[in-house]
Amino acid sequence: MGNGTSIGRVRGLGSAGHGTHHWLVQRFTAVGNLLLLIWLGASLLLLPNLGYQTVVEWIARPIPATAMALLIISSFWHARLGMQVMIEDYVHGANRVAALIALNLVAFAGAAFGLFCVIRLALGGA
Amino acid sequence: MAQTGTANRPLSPHLQIWKWGAHMFVSILHRVTGNGLALVGLALLVWWLGALASGPEAYATFSGHASSWYGMVVLIGITWAAFTHMTSGLRHFVLDIGAGYELGINRTWSILSPLIAIALTAAFWALLLN
Repeated sequence: MGNGTSIGRVRGLGSAGHGTHHWLVQRFTAVGNLLLLIWLGASLLLLPNLGYQTVVEWIARPIPATAMALLIISSFWHARLGMQVMIEDYVHGANRVAALIALNLVAFAGAAFGLFCVIRLALGGA
Repeated sequence: MAQTGTANRPLSPHLQIWKWGAHMFVSILHRVTGNGLALVGLALLVWWLGALASGPEAYATFSGHASSWYGMVVLIGITWAAFTHMTSGLRHFVLDIGAGYELGINRTWSILSPLIAIALTAAFWALLLN
């Protein structure tokens, strides 16, 4: 690794031009996942049962619906960043490009579907 | 890995070269559980939400699979992966601030992280099933 130019060192963005953005967002979403998964685990333990009626009535309430929506965003974002690192380590050439495109499509599709389901439940469509 | 045609360049040493240590194990476990959660855990989360949003019949189908023996194996595996990724992730937060690199401390927490995760998994399922 070279020392780069003075202006390059000041900007601190590295050769990829993204600096620490990926690394930082991975950590931010990790904190989100930590808090939201503790919430989900505690909620599942505190529910009287996991039957359809109980779970639907629980998840339709404003705070559980919001927390679940946030969990979907945080976890899919974190998974998208993490799987990108794995793909960049193990997949090369044209397959890498294909894998990264597929990753982005699946991550956005999964998150969109999850959010739609929560909104439908919260707004009483189901 | 090595592109044929770029001569016999030396490769950086990989897994088979190093003497195994707890820090390697916990690092590999972090990657495996993370990608397992991304592939299987998120698929199950989305299936669960989709079944809830689709109505009682779809939820009954989901519950039927989830409460079968193979469903329980997958669900317990996913909670184990989540707790393992969580504890080794917390270890990463400590390493991120530049702490915990002393050989003894690093080794201790490398061993403890997956063990704490197993205890948390057992505690979670004990509470859920009683």
